[in-house]
Amino acid sequence: MKNELIITNARLVDPATGKDELGAIWLKNGKIKDVHWGNAPEAPEGVETRDAQGNIIAPGLVDTRVFTGEPGHEYRETLESASNAAAAGGVTSFLLMPDTSPVIDDGALVDFIIRRADATSKVKILPSAAISKGLEGKDLTEFGLLKAAGAKAFTDGNSSIQSTSMLKNAFTYAKNFEMPIIHHVADSELIGDGVMNAGILSTGLGLKGIPHEAETIPLARDLQLADMTGVRYHAAQISCGKAAEMIAYAKQRNQHISAGISINHLCLNENDIGSYRTYFKLTPPLRAEDERQKMVEGLRDGTIDILHSAHDPQDTEGKRRPFAEATDGAIGLETLLAASLRLVHEEQISLTALLKTMTYNPAQLLGIDAGRLSKGAPADLIEIDLNYPWVVSEKDFKSRAQNTAFEHARLFGKVMTTWVNGQIVFEQS
Amino acid sequence: MTPNSRTAKNNASGTNAPTQHHFSQKHLLGISHLNPVEITELLDRAEAMVDISRQPKKAKHSLKGRTQINLFFENSTRTQSSFEIAGKRLGADVLNMAVQTSSVKKGETLIDTAATLNAMQPDVIVVRHAASGAVELLSQKVACSVVNAGDGTHEHPTQALLDALTIRRNKGRLNGLTVAICGDVANSRVARSNLLLLGAMNARTRVVGPKNMLPRGVEHMAAEVFTDMEEGLKDADVVMMLRLQHERASGKMIPSVREFYHFYGLDERKLAFAKEDAIVMHPGPMNRGVEIAPTIADGPRSVITEQVEMGVAVRMAVLEALLTNGEAV
Repeated sequence: MKNELIITNARLVDPATGKDELGAIWLKNGKIKDVHWGNAPEAPEGVETRDAQGNIIAPGLVDTRVFTGEPGHEYRETLESASNAAAAGGVTSFLLMPDTSPVIDDGALVDFIIRRADATSKVKILPSAAISKGLEGKDLTEFGLLKAAGAKAFTDGNSSIQSTSMLKNAFTYAKNFEMPIIHHVADSELIGDGVMNAGILSTGLGLKGIPHEAETIPLARDLQLADMTGVRYHAAQISCGKAAEMIAYAKQRNQHISAGISINHLCLNENDIGSYRTYFKLTPPLRAEDERQKMVEGLRDGTIDILHSAHDPQDTEGKRRPFAEATDGAIGLETLLAASLRLVHEEQISLTALLKTMTYNPAQLLGIDAGRLSKGAPADLIEIDLNYPWVVSEKDFKSRAQNTAFEHARLFGKVMTTWVNGQIVFEQS
Repeated sequence: MTPNSRTAKNNASGTNAPTQHHFSQKHLLGISHLNPVEITELLDRAEAMVDISRQPKKAKHSLKGRTQINLFFENSTRTQSSFEIAGKRLGADVLNMAVQTSSVKKGETLIDTAATLNAMQPDVIVVRHAASGAVELLSQKVACSVVNAGDGTHEHPTQALLDALTIRRNKGRLNGLTVAICGDVANSRVARSNLLLLGAMNARTRVVGPKNMLPRGVEHMAAEVFTDMEEGLKDADVVMMLRLQHERASGKMIPSVREFYHFYGLDERKLAFAKEDAIVMHPGPMNRGVEIAPTIADGPRSVITEQVEMGVAVRMAVLEALLTNGEAV
């Protein structure tokens, strides 16, 4: 096992500081030993060097929203297959959602995830734990014991807690243990039987619509409870301009608030559903194009802090149904970075600002040491060829599922190499 | 409003010669897939079927030896019977499949059923399903033609065609007529298909109903939108009432049947605002005293039973056009 490497001739991008310059980086024993901006010094004898040929070297991505099927639905995705997909997509750490069977709502299950990840995963899998037992939105889980077992955040995953008093209690108790709450905001009564964005398209397709207010009304409640309790609050995924405005306003008085968005809501809109294409059936639903543009604006101006894949593997059986009866969700670990680079190529956002939302910002939320190119940081790195052309094809996926919302998309830019703790876990052939 | 609406195809010579147009579609999934030429052709073919149906000896043999399966995931005695009679009058072998749907695994049943039926080599499957888009999904999994007999709140194309035929026979045209579609538009596939068809044929479409029964974006589908019946019916040539689901008028959407009838039920007072020769339509089955007064439903301006007759003719025309590739038989 090689434990020392100098990568030369690299475009080093450090989202933590915003630095984007040529240089060299020295890895040793799984850590970054040193970062040389500008010309690299002569490599000491016996130390391997590698020429990045001007490609980008950046911290590996930290994905805050990944679902798998382990335990309970391994046919959809295992920790191992998800980790292979993550490595191929440049994701070196991800927060695992608790929506499994059984639900991760007990210390022993957090321990199970950590041990399974140790045994099978190439990348760092960080367990989250449910806020409510069984994701039922009624009774609190054992926050203290779950934290002690290794949970990095509390979230009910794809479920949204409807009870205001339950949320108030959860926020207060999470603050007690200084743990972040990541909440998917969705008013289940306003959603009702809704399956896509409410508007002319849903009317034409005869599908029940979901209004923006199904997101903004519970978000308003959460933001007030966050003020009231002082909890570290993260809105898991927002999809409309009004929600972004509310987050921006709340941030003016409360430093402990942040918001996320999935790559799907940043790159796609409701028109992609076309004629009942179920791979575009997502939670929250894809919105209209003007809302998508507001989301890009929100990411650029920092209102939206975190970009994630919302990787949600579904078997074909669940997707090959009439739209209203089909399952929600799309996979995204392998396309997150490449799809997001569209915004860089279109000059809508700078590379450092974009990478910050997938590295430094999520690392801060989860309280892990990642997302920086500096001495002593873990050597979790990715090499990106910014202009590498490729076409997304479900048959190339490492993921066990094929439900991508980017099938046949032509993308520019790809992860060429991924390192976790200084070891190569993926190399583009 | 599916994006695959087709535009009129030019014929080979590039002229607009009024030659026999050859209906070349494989399926009838929705009005949104038809252009005005195709709609007119189906209506013209249906006219001929009316004459055949009125003869004492109604048999036609254009579909002799062909197999038609009626696959109804939702119960509908009248639509199913109409399709059955239509197929039989053309000489087809018609099979009615009763499908028991388990509420959980509907979709699974749909795909499985499609594969099973496909293996039996039918020529056409007529499908009704509670989920919007389900019929289109099924059409992707079978080799034969598929007719949409109603999918969720999406489309019910043969209903719109039979309504158009009824209007055309009573008014002589569709172009320029003012048609008011009234009631629970939001939950109606009949309203959607009618708006698409009437819009394509240049009728002036109106929707009339309480705000919570008008879907978002309806102003893009109808020329005018009204929440007041008297305004909405003013000078209308055609008044088309929609069925109100009883469960929606018990406090869920509408406080009571009584209140709905008072403001949106078609009675003599409201009908007086329409043109004197306006016709009254209803896709059936009717709730007398809920959306329509009994005296109007059974009165001289009602063409509701004629609609039922036109239903058979239109379905004969559709089945024959699909299964004979538009060849005149």
